[in-house]
Amino acid sequence: MQRKSIIITMLIVVLIWQVAAIIIRLPIFPGPIDVFAAFIIELVNGKLGPHFLASIWRVMAGMGLAIMTASPAGLLLGQSKQINKILSPLIYLLYPIPKVVFVPIIMLFFGIGDLAKIIIIFIILFFQILVLVRDQAANIRSELINSVRSLGAGRKALYRFVYFPATLPAILTAIRQSVGTAVAVLYITELFATQKGLGYYIYFQGSTLFNYPAMYAGVVAMSLMGLGMYFGIDWIEKRTCKWLFVN
Amino acid sequence: MIKVSDITVTYPSNSVSIFKKFSWEVQKSESWAVLGPSGCGKTTLLYLLAGLLQPTSGTIQIDAKPILRPRPKSGLIIQDYGLLPWATVHQNCDLGLKIRKYYGADGIHAPFEKQSSRIEKNWLQELGLIQFANKYPSQLSGGQRQRMAIARTLYLQPDLLLMDEPFSSLDAPTRESLQELTTSLVSGQGLTLILVTHSVEEAVLLGRKILLLSEPPNENAMIIDNSGSSKPDYRNTNQYVDQCRELRTLMGASA
Repeated sequence: MQRKSIIITMLIVVLIWQVAAIIIRLPIFPGPIDVFAAFIIELVNGKLGPHFLASIWRVMAGMGLAIMTASPAGLLLGQSKQINKILSPLIYLLYPIPKVVFVPIIMLFFGIGDLAKIIIIFIILFFQILVLVRDQAANIRSELINSVRSLGAGRKALYRFVYFPATLPAILTAIRQSVGTAVAVLYITELFATQKGLGYYIYFQGSTLFNYPAMYAGVVAMSLMGLGMYFGIDWIEKRTCKWLFVN
Repeated sequence: MIKVSDITVTYPSNSVSIFKKFSWEVQKSESWAVLGPSGCGKTTLLYLLAGLLQPTSGTIQIDAKPILRPRPKSGLIIQDYGLLPWATVHQNCDLGLKIRKYYGADGIHAPFEKQSSRIEKNWLQELGLIQFANKYPSQLSGGQRQRMAIARTLYLQPDLLLMDEPFSSLDAPTRESLQELTTSLVSGQGLTLILVTHSVEEAVLLGRKILLLSEPPNENAMIIDNSGSSKPDYRNTNQYVDQCRELRTLMGASA
């Protein structure tokens, strides 16, 4: 995606928002100028920052945990037909279950602190990454593996020189696909019995303080968080998977 | 150099053995073509020699050592998909050396003798690939990719070259130039060559001796002497045409 066209699109969205705000003229629908002003004020007086950090920590921790566990597990399943045969029915059953419905259960087990929220994000991302990495690893051509084995590679070198680089795009794709869901679920978890996080901030500003520009500032912050992670993954992919972009 | 003794190879999925008490010998610096219809066990034989497969019974020895795993001084070149798509030409050619460094000179994954850090020859330069060093395989033509696979193998200073239909997906002029390159490399470096092919022409061009496999089980394969192939411009001689015709007849008879 071209940077220029993204910026132009962003400006158009803001413009439409401003026009809509002028036409609608309701306190629950402030224009972008009011919202950005509130955003800056809330940021400067330190009211927004801690919530932002709390949210980003939860997403990052859940994501990191999922990458660290699901990628090796996916690799293992992808290159061992026997293990995959035993576990694939279980994954097949669990994969389509909307993990969001586990939110109350996980909170019962792990409390209302950060841990429960991180675990929920972890579970959602775990299956996405697991399935994509597994399929990618299983699809590596046997010719390639034989050819690298003939150069002297044993199991360890195959992981290092074939399986890992071959599945890296799948890991990044899985994360990119799940960032939206992860942030959405984060929002839901932050509505329950917490006083930190953007979800709480948005809800509190809107329903208790009736400070609508600040509420919208929270929405903007959450959007920026999702967008930032999305761009971050693109950036990492462009740097680590150059071969995908040469043609 | 290579001694295949009484090997029997049976795949679990198949009741018919591919090889049955099959024996074969290859001397150092010989060029062999292994010819046969698809499913005859050509590739299986090559993978056995490469140490990627083990026979059900019998032994395979190279330089009087049994082959239980890939041998550091054997170079395998396959038809397609042998190159890492995520690595540049340069990185692909470095792969063998990198794997050796990864394990160290343990005699299992890498030869015991200390690798000379100085590379004798810049094979990328020799094979006309140096200007593509930073390109990825997908940016190269099929012929360039096969040159790259050959270069990657040569960096490991092999004494035995195992080739599995290396040129069959290439167009005719590219194929011819790579066949000539193979001939000159094999004689220039004193390599032993085992080339698997389904093409009669390629077998006659590149194999000083031709091992003719037929429908499994292979017990006694026919060996055809093709000493004329060392002649310059063999491709355009009557001897070449006659040899091809004879082989086709033999293949028809054995099928």
